[in-house]
Amino acid sequence: MNSKVLMQGNRIIGEAAIRAGCRFYAGYPITPQNEIPEYMAENLRKVEGGVFIQSESEIAAINMVAGAASAGARAMTSSSGPGISLKQEGISSMAAQELPGVIVNMMRGGPGLGNIRPSQGDYFQATRGGGHGDYRTIVLAPGTCQELADLTMDAFDLADRYRIPVVLLADGMIGQMMEPVVFKEPKPRQYSADYVLKGAGTGKAKTIKGLILDPLDMEEHNWKLDRKYRVIAAKETRCEIFNTDEADIVVVAYGTAARVAKGAIKRLGDHGIKAGLFRPISLWPFPTEELRRLAGTRKEFFVFEMSTGQMLEDVRLALQGYADIAFHGRPGGVVPTPVELANVIVRQYRRDR
Amino acid sequence: MKKVFSRPESLRKKFVFHYCPGCGHSIAHRVIAEIIDELGVRGTTIGVPPAGCAVLAYNYFDVDMIEAMHGRGPAVATGIKRVRPECLVFSYQGDGDLAAIGIAETFHAANRGENFTIIFMNNAVYGMTGGQMAPTTLLDQKSTTSPPGRNAVLDGYPVRISEILAMLPGTAYIERCTVNSPANIVKTKRAIKKAFQYQLDGRGFSLIEILSPCPTNWKMSPIDACRWIDDVMSKQFPIGVIKDEPAKAAGKEGAGHDR
Repeated sequence: MNSKVLMQGNRIIGEAAIRAGCRFYAGYPITPQNEIPEYMAENLRKVEGGVFIQSESEIAAINMVAGAASAGARAMTSSSGPGISLKQEGISSMAAQELPGVIVNMMRGGPGLGNIRPSQGDYFQATRGGGHGDYRTIVLAPGTCQELADLTMDAFDLADRYRIPVVLLADGMIGQMMEPVVFKEPKPRQYSADYVLKGAGTGKAKTIKGLILDPLDMEEHNWKLDRKYRVIAAKETRCEIFNTDEADIVVVAYGTAARVAKGAIKRLGDHGIKAGLFRPISLWPFPTEELRRLAGTRKEFFVFEMSTGQMLEDVRLALQGYADIAFHGRPGGVVPTPVELANVIVRQYRRDR
Repeated sequence: MKKVFSRPESLRKKFVFHYCPGCGHSIAHRVIAEIIDELGVRGTTIGVPPAGCAVLAYNYFDVDMIEAMHGRGPAVATGIKRVRPECLVFSYQGDGDLAAIGIAETFHAANRGENFTIIFMNNAVYGMTGGQMAPTTLLDQKSTTSPPGRNAVLDGYPVRISEILAMLPGTAYIERCTVNSPANIVKTKRAIKKAFQYQLDGRGFSLIEILSPCPTNWKMSPIDACRWIDDVMSKQFPIGVIKDEPAKAAGKEGAGHDR
C-alpha cells in the first residue's frame, strides 16, 4: 500500500512519470512548469537507464522524445503555451509516425507571450491536433493533484496502447498547488513493440516515416489514423458527474475551472438554485454522449472556462438543440472566485425566469 | 573466382537510386553501406534521414531508420542514442537541414558531445526544392533565390559549419571530404569509417562533411560539377581533417554517454 504524501503538482507529474516507467525526459525551462524538469534532473538520472536532457529548444525536446520513443523508451516532455506551440511540428510528426509519448502543457495566459498566470486558452490547440495535418492527440485534463498522478500514469498507458502522443492539459494553478496524493501501482507495460528500432539484427530493417508521396497511400494512412481515433473516441472518454440528480442547472467545466465551479455550486444552494457539475476529464475524446444523456432530463447548462469560450464549442456540438447553453469566461490568467461565478449564474438564472 | 565487386549487404536488394545523374548522394550511400558491412554492425545500426533529397534513404539502406522533420535529425538521434547507447547511430543531413533550419539541434548535439555521427552533405544549394540559396552557397553563386549571385551585403556569407563545430570541446572528429573522384571517394570512405569507429569506441560527436556535386541545380554537366568542386567550392570549404582527438579515450570527460 502506497502512503499518502503532500507534494506540489508539477513534482507529482515527475514522480508519477518515473513510477510509470518514463525513462526519457527532455525539456526547456518555461514558467509555470519549471519544477517538472527540475524534478526529472534530480530524480530521473538516479533511475537505471533514466535520461534527462535540458534541451536547447522546445523543438529539440519534442524531437528527442520522438527519437527516444522510436527506440522503445517511455518518453515525456513538458512545457507551457508558447513552448507547446513550438512543439507542434514534432507532435504532428509523432502522430504521423504513430509514436507514443506524453506532452504536459501547464497552460498560462496568452496569446503570444501572454503571462504566467493560470489559463485555459490552449483548449483548441490541444483538442484539434494543434499542428499541421489531419490528426488528433488524446487530451487529459486533471482537476486535482491526485488526478495529476493518476492521469500521468494513464497517459503513458494510453500512448502505448494506441501509439499516439497524449497531452496532459493542466494549468499553472494545479502545477503550483500542493495536495496530498497517493501514487497508484503502475500497470505492467502492455504494447506491441514491433515498431521499436534497435537495429535490424539478422532480420528485416524497420522504417519509421511520415512522408508518403503518393496521395492515395497518404489518404489510406489518414483513414488508418482516423479509424484509430474513432476507436479512441468510442472507448476512452472520461468525465465526472457531480450532484446532477436534482439539479436545475448543470455547470460544465474542466480542470481548475471545475474546482471553482464546485465552490460556486455550494453557494448556489444558498440562493435556492440546485446546480450540478459535468466535468470532462478527457477533452479529446470529448465525452459528448455522457453530456447529451444529461440533457435528457435537464435543459439548462452553464459553461465556465478560463478562456473566451473554447470548450463551449464542444458543448454546443453535444447539446445544440437539446438544451439551453449559457457561458461565462475569464481569459488572460484571471482565476475568478466561486463567489463571482455563483453571482454570475444567479443573475443569469433569474433573468431567464 | 574471387569476387571483387558486389552490392553491399546494408543496401536493399531491389531498388534504383532516384538521385539525379552525377549526384553525390548515391556514392555516399554506397560508401556508408560498405562501411556498415565491413564493421559488421548492420544489425545494430539506426540511421536518421533528413527532409531533403536524401529523405528516401530508408528505401536504399537495409538498416533501421526513422525519418526526422527538417533539421531535427540531431535531436532525434540524441533520443535514440541515449536510449540505445549500444547502437551505431548516424544522422544524414544536407546543408539547409543542418546549417540553417537545424543549426540549433546540430550545434547543441555537438556541444553535448553526443556519441553519434553526422554525415553532412554540402552541395551549396537546396536540392530537393529546386536550387534555392543555402547557408553554404558561395558568394556570387547563382541560385533561384539569389538570381544575380549571392551578395554578401544582402544574403550574408557561406557558413563553414565544420570549422565552427570543431571549436566545441564536445566534438571528437570532424573531417571535410568530397566524392568528386575515385581517389576522393576512397578518402571519404576512410573518414566515415574512422568516425563510426570513434563512435563505437565511445569518443563522442563526429561529423563528416562531404562536398557533393549537384549538376542539376548547378546547371552543369556531371564532369563540370566535379571540376567545380576542385576549382571553386573547395577553395571556400578546404578539404581535410578539421579536428581529430584520438587521445580522447572512452569514458573520459565529454566522451559520449554510454552508461
